[in-house]
Amino acid sequence: MNPKKADKIATSILYGIAGFVVLVLAALLGYILVRGLPHVSWQFLTTPAKSFSSGGGVGIQLFNSFYLLLLTLLISFPISLGAGIWLSEYAKNNWVTTVIRTSVEILSSLPSVVVGLFGFLIFVVQFNFGFSILSGALALTFFNLPLLTRSIEESLRAIPYSQREAGFSLGLSRWETVTRVVVPDAVPGILTGVILSAGRIFGEAAALIYTAGQSAPALDFTNWNPANIASPLNPMRPAETLAVHIWKINSEGIMPDASAVSAGASAVLIIAVLLFNFLARFGGKALYRKITSSK
Amino acid sequence: MDPIRESLLKKSKASKLEMRGKIITYFCIGLIVAIVLAIFYFVASKGLATFFTDKVSIKDFLLGKSWNPGTLDKSGKPEVGALPMISGSFFVTFLSALIATPFAIGTAIFMVEISPNKGSRILQPVTELLVGIPSVVYGFIGLSVVVPFVRSIFGGTGFGILSGTFVLFVMILPTVTSMTVDTLKSVPRYYREASLALGATRWQTIYKVILRAATPGIMTAVVFGMARAFGEALAVQMVIGNASLMPSSLITPSSTLTSILTMGIGNTVMGSLENNALWSLALILLLMSLFFNMVVRVIGKRGALK
Repeated sequence: MNPKKADKIATSILYGIAGFVVLVLAALLGYILVRGLPHVSWQFLTTPAKSFSSGGGVGIQLFNSFYLLLLTLLISFPISLGAGIWLSEYAKNNWVTTVIRTSVEILSSLPSVVVGLFGFLIFVVQFNFGFSILSGALALTFFNLPLLTRSIEESLRAIPYSQREAGFSLGLSRWETVTRVVVPDAVPGILTGVILSAGRIFGEAAALIYTAGQSAPALDFTNWNPANIASPLNPMRPAETLAVHIWKINSEGIMPDASAVSAGASAVLIIAVLLFNFLARFGGKALYRKITSSK
Repeated sequence: MDPIRESLLKKSKASKLEMRGKIITYFCIGLIVAIVLAIFYFVASKGLATFFTDKVSIKDFLLGKSWNPGTLDKSGKPEVGALPMISGSFFVTFLSALIATPFAIGTAIFMVEISPNKGSRILQPVTELLVGIPSVVYGFIGLSVVVPFVRSIFGGTGFGILSGTFVLFVMILPTVTSMTVDTLKSVPRYYREASLALGATRWQTIYKVILRAATPGIMTAVVFGMARAFGEALAVQMVIGNASLMPSSLITPSSTLTSILTMGIGNTVMGSLENNALWSLALILLLMSLFFNMVVRVIGKRGALK
């Protein structure tokens, strides 16, 4: 076979492979949306789930997912910001930094089920929080910290060093330079990182099964006192999220319309993740244009 | 004291602020390190209790073929052979990596070398989206598409290693692809120019120059994909059947470390042998993810592009 022929054949094979991958994604999305969207209605999104009869919705699970997402970001964002600043501004090039970087990397590569079990052991059992939103949010924080830290570090590093020199030459300390000059400049990158991590948190289930629990008690949406057990804001109540709900109804199989409900819930989950991706792509850029008045 | 002397000797407001800021960041990074240490300490202390408190020998645990922690075998020892789960985990990991690697490399070459335009406009967002799809959704699709498909082609229940492999293949494909793309992009441009100037065709350049130069990076990508497959819990648990038996074929129900863990930990009592044995499985998972991490490091060190 001459080289030209081999080149042609290889090129067409590569076209085939790339086409196949696009096809797989199209089939996945198409399947979920075509099967799921007919079940998604306002009623489906707002009514509570039913365990033994058909026609239940995912209202409480949807609320739990968003509430858990909010709490997790509230806890993990400040810590990641501090850690990201340390890694990009204060870390010296020595063995301590190497050890710290290695441990961040290890934390990010741990299977989420192990992180969930650790959260179960510490928060649910030792601290006696029980299956609760708080336990779930803390476990998800562990899961989210290394990824968010790294993306914040990267966006801080992308700011040119001349910006810092300008700050120092004005007599600002390093900390002031970071908080007044570097971080504001890096806001679009940080925002993109936060939104992408929000997508991951939203779909995570393995870390939540044994921390936030697998039950969703009825909520009273007129009661906004966080100390009340029926209040949606109470962080100590068990809270099954949308992703956990899909897993649970499929592996228990007592709900008569389990496959319809999980198709609908999957469609909602996918749409949420698509929205997060879209926001991350365009939100960061739009914000950058707005705060820097550049094109 | 003299006010000038005082202002010279005392810390200024700015340096106090600097100190405070430094301490905050040190605290944050210290917290992350502490979490890692705590995870290792707690999982190890729970997981090792099987061997030290319940006196199960490590050999029986790793090589035993029957998993039934509640009951005793003929010689009065508890049946905690984890080999079925360990081999199940390794099977799905290696098989899915084996299928995903050629597809990932092919897609990455297409994106970087053949059609960078379509690559960045279509395939880049496609891989990003695939990464973002939650694992339970993959599990649900596996359950409602892959399992019936395997059942109708190969017979049996449809649950098993083959279904798990298919689901994991789609899950790790985008991870491996996007990392391979980064490696291919980092191959210097003059490598390609030199090869093309010698009269090589595009495919010869790709095959004989670019892929050789990018081998360490591609290996890293594959190991990352394998680490993800090894640690994946719910998607696999939904399609593999969860029978803790030695896998006898690709289409009979079997189990992985993660699937038995997710199924079992809620049904056992803290501190009992059944529970400790499950924590030992978690410890194996932890050590394996450490191992994958080390492999990546070794490849990175030895194969850095010079």
